[in-house]
Amino acid sequence: MKPTALILHANGTNRDHEAAQALELAGAAVEIVHLSQLRAGERHMADYQLLVLPGGFSYGDALGAGKLMALDLTVYFADAVHEFIASGKPVIGICNGFQALVKAGLLPGSSGPSSATLTFNASGRFECRWVTLAPQPGACVWTNSLVDIIECPVAHGEGRFLMGDSADLVALQAGGQVALTYAFADGAPAGDAYPANPNGSVAAIAGVCNAAGNVLGLMPHPEDHLFSWQHPRWTRGRTHGLGLPLFQRGVAHAVQAA
Amino acid sequence: MTLPVHCLIVGSRADVRRADPQAAGLLADAHALGVQHLAQLKCFTLFFLEGHLSVPQQERLAAELLSDPVAQTSAWRGVSGGGVAALNKPDTHVIETALRPGVTDPVAEQIVHYARVLGLSGVTRAATGQRFVLRGPLTDADLHHLALRLLANPVIQHYAFGPITPTFPQAAGSSESVEMLPIRELDEAQLMTLSRERRAALDLAEMQAVQAYFRTEGRDPTDVEFETIAQTWSEHCVHKTFKARISMIAPGGGSLEVNGLLRTYLRSATETIAAHWVRSAFVDNAGILAFDDEFDVAFKVETHNHPSAIEPFGGANTGVGGVIRDVLGVSAKPIAATDVLCFGPQNQALAAALPDGVLPPRRVRSGVVAGVRDYGNKMGLPTVSGAIWYDPGYTANPLVFCGCVGLVPVGSHPRGPQAGDRVIVLGGRTGRDGLRGATFSSMAMDAKTGEVAGASVQIGDPITEKGLVEVITRARDAQLYHAITDCGAGGLSSAVGEMASDLGAAVDLAQVRLKYAGLAPWEIWLSEAQERMVLAVAPGAVSALQTICAVFSVELTDIGVFTGDGRLHVCAGERLVLDLSNAFLHGGIPQRCLTAEPATAPGVRAAEMPVVDYAVTLLRLLAHPNIASKADVIRGYDHEVQGGTVVKPLTGACNDGPSDAVVLRPIGTRGLRGVVLSTGLNPEYGKRDAYAMALSVVDESVRNAVATGADPARLALLDNFCWGDPLRPATLGALLAAAQGCHDAALRYGAPFVSGKDSLNNEFLGADGLRHAIPPTLLISAIGQIEDVRCAVTTDLKEAGDVVYLVGEAAAEFGGSHLGLLGDLALAALAECSPVPRLPASAPVLYAALHAAMQAGRVRACHDLSEGGLAVAAAEMCLGGRLGLNLSLPAGEPLRQLFGECNGTLLVAVGPGDSAAFEAVLAGQLVRRLGEVTSDARLTISGAGTVLLSVPVGELVAAWNTPAGEGA
Repeated sequence: MKPTALILHANGTNRDHEAAQALELAGAAVEIVHLSQLRAGERHMADYQLLVLPGGFSYGDALGAGKLMALDLTVYFADAVHEFIASGKPVIGICNGFQALVKAGLLPGSSGPSSATLTFNASGRFECRWVTLAPQPGACVWTNSLVDIIECPVAHGEGRFLMGDSADLVALQAGGQVALTYAFADGAPAGDAYPANPNGSVAAIAGVCNAAGNVLGLMPHPEDHLFSWQHPRWTRGRTHGLGLPLFQRGVAHAVQAA
Repeated sequence: MTLPVHCLIVGSRADVRRADPQAAGLLADAHALGVQHLAQLKCFTLFFLEGHLSVPQQERLAAELLSDPVAQTSAWRGVSGGGVAALNKPDTHVIETALRPGVTDPVAEQIVHYARVLGLSGVTRAATGQRFVLRGPLTDADLHHLALRLLANPVIQHYAFGPITPTFPQAAGSSESVEMLPIRELDEAQLMTLSRERRAALDLAEMQAVQAYFRTEGRDPTDVEFETIAQTWSEHCVHKTFKARISMIAPGGGSLEVNGLLRTYLRSATETIAAHWVRSAFVDNAGILAFDDEFDVAFKVETHNHPSAIEPFGGANTGVGGVIRDVLGVSAKPIAATDVLCFGPQNQALAAALPDGVLPPRRVRSGVVAGVRDYGNKMGLPTVSGAIWYDPGYTANPLVFCGCVGLVPVGSHPRGPQAGDRVIVLGGRTGRDGLRGATFSSMAMDAKTGEVAGASVQIGDPITEKGLVEVITRARDAQLYHAITDCGAGGLSSAVGEMASDLGAAVDLAQVRLKYAGLAPWEIWLSEAQERMVLAVAPGAVSALQTICAVFSVELTDIGVFTGDGRLHVCAGERLVLDLSNAFLHGGIPQRCLTAEPATAPGVRAAEMPVVDYAVTLLRLLAHPNIASKADVIRGYDHEVQGGTVVKPLTGACNDGPSDAVVLRPIGTRGLRGVVLSTGLNPEYGKRDAYAMALSVVDESVRNAVATGADPARLALLDNFCWGDPLRPATLGALLAAAQGCHDAALRYGAPFVSGKDSLNNEFLGADGLRHAIPPTLLISAIGQIEDVRCAVTTDLKEAGDVVYLVGEAAAEFGGSHLGLLGDLALAALAECSPVPRLPASAPVLYAALHAAMQAGRVRACHDLSEGGLAVAAAEMCLGGRLGLNLSLPAGEPLRQLFGECNGTLLVAVGPGDSAAFEAVLAGQLVRRLGEVTSDARLTISGAGTVLLSVPVGELVAAWNTPAGEGA
């Protein structure tokens, strides 16, 4: 059965159509649904097999990127979201969606107050550039079986992943919750090296998952690298690191979890 | 009863951000302004909350809504132990800023809403501000200087040394009165006084036409009527200069009569070319072209110069917002933004030399770039194509060209309001913002402009506009409206006036939703508040539209009806405040009669050929701010969103080489057909010869597009003229020459003009009485197509061994060349007494042949020769590919061959196995094999057996990456 992905749209969401394209290519049916339609009861989260929080500027990033959408999630949809996650269905938050998941306390995990945040890039600037992502072994159903690196753009001003408590970072790494890290083009870890690590994230973390591994959040945009002609060096014969396999893993998991 | 106001101060945690880049940037700017003894600066955000809040409630607001406890510190003002910079230290100063009343503050609106969501309904109003803590031995004069020139803009903000009192959105004190203007009895001088006092920018003939109309009507106008006429008849709205009858005494005696530049030169070129793929030219808000079986593309480029001069962020921000609405106004979904920016030099040590009322060029640049970035990124539009040009002539009057491309299903844009349709306003509320923007942009600026026109500028709200895109594209697909237009200059008066120009309409201003009470009817009718669209909707379709609006939180307001009686009736509640015949409003403006002086041909004299070090000259050219990398700006724009950017603004092995054009494959289309966007701009040529400039910039835009793979048989052009005061005959003569050049070049290339805009009166009248006019500036934006985006070509060299050709007639000239801008007197003199490059007749045929070679897959890299000539083009190809090039030039003057500038010429790299086939496809063209790509990462150019220059690619990269402000 073809799983259906719910792509959440808040005021200011803008990469919903690319996320839809990625999931369709990966084998899912998709529906873009505005938060207000969920609130009005016109749609129900539980009717879907996969949840996507796409990129954009929900509410204009007023008061911090993803912050107000996170409040929507915690105030209006807390039960529905927790049930969705607890059922093991795959969830992905990309860029603004990642920011919302972190600020809602849904990533890296829901046990107690989190010391994780996504804050202003170390460069102080919004930056749009292509990066290389190295999938890490661990819990994440979206990434842990990926073999190849992913090359795709980042486009954000508040993507610096930090953990206020260093013990939390150790636990995150030990628990296999680091799903993706920034790397050099050859796949070697980027560490703090700018611009391979484009925002100064601690331990070059580009994406994290919850302990169960079904919720992934990441700053970069694998949904913007589905075709070889999107790569910045396709005219030089470089056609490498498509983002599609990541979405295929998520869709496969949705089929399993259903 | 006044409620308490609480103030939260939020800063970054020192352990998270050892160096705050914003503070570092401001510190550098302060030093550039001459305040050297500012040692340190820290930035904080202020949130003001009005209402009764308990301490636990305050704590919740701080932790859950207003700050990020992991990365930020926060403290309530007046609460001890806040950890915020302690005051009363010697040499520590505080400047706080807050927005003036009426300036849009979307964050403040969200605070009140989400405080309620958190269950804290005690917050009644909110405001935001900024706090700067400065260290150093600063005088009060220093602090005022920093506040006015760097930290606050008095147009939209006020400041205080210490705790500032915020202004909350509130009712303004104006009465809701309507004034009668006794125009019928005025004499000529009094008519002109009235025009000036109301900033109407109408001349005597126009004022007399207004007077005559009301004499016939047997009554005087209301202020609403007079203001409506002034806006409708403004240069900005009707382009009276481009429609004027111009007489010019020809140089050889005799006179030339031109009945409208627009008709005679631009539209006529389009009509002569009669391309079947042009769907709409000059009629709609944007030009429209056939794309594929399903979609058309729309393209519009606007300017927002004067607003950007006085409030760079807001001016550029609303410039982008405005042009997006133009595209939305032809029912198209926006798919890309473009920007071309002209600023004063960034390295000018001119803090003291700037005329009063002029912002420092560094501040103008950073504000404009931030404004473009904010709107485009938040709209989810890739900002892809553009240019930045620096010239002292733009110091007091920067230019901000904003473009937008949209995609519209074929035949889906309705254009016919029906009698009985409702007049529906969608989007933002109406405030006093942007009053008289159309007339303001039609006047020269002076030191008082910022003060007087403060209300003409505002900050945009892209999230509201994003909602409009979502609603309108859905309403279009459901066929819920009969006509649509944007609210731009002139606000509702212009939008409703245009839509009702045949049918007529009756509108009730009392229905218009306001940001705050107290607006006079003329202010409601004329307000240029952003993010509003007007639709003609059949009464039966309103509720379906309302349903869509509700999903996206877009406000819908029904303000009246399209009547069918051919008149415009506007009421404010019960009172009729405007009753004008459409025939008069839209056809009653007398045609202007203007006089032009022919542009004098630049003096061309023989000049000494200076002796220079070619390698050093090349590096200096690469570092010139007009040529050097714009990566810092480009990377701030999200040019990847929508996933269709096939050729990006930067390209090559390290993604840092220049692209000649960008290629987009729009998401939602089925095939691999692409849109190609490029620009041509060269005010240096304009200073010397406006006609030749027009030919050159049309050629440059066409050539850039063709170099990237666009089909030269399917290119359309947009013109944007930015000029000085056209009432000066010499200025008008140059404008006329440029329009002629556009016409001639368009015919030469078979590339029709489909849209355009002129911005005149780009002048600043200094307090010293001196006029600062911009150089004659013509921007040509080309929009082309490529059948399969996988045939696109980029500028970077691909592989050692590839053969490099110079194609086209390289008739290089020094006039207006960048060689003359390096600060070398002998080179400047050479540029001064040389002609600007001409347009080779061979170019159109060459481009067709080159395109055929690209389609056949024979071209691996291609780059046009533009500013800096052949040597710069070759260097850019090397640095993009991180490969070397070994070129041999034929006999000739090396300086001219290397750095002279020419039209119609490109460098092409071809795989060694393809060179015979390439030469065959280009048989009959001027094609010269110059050398080949090498793996030694060194650009070597020889002439007549002598090495002229040999530079490692690493040095080319370093020079080209010189930040603006540090180059020549």
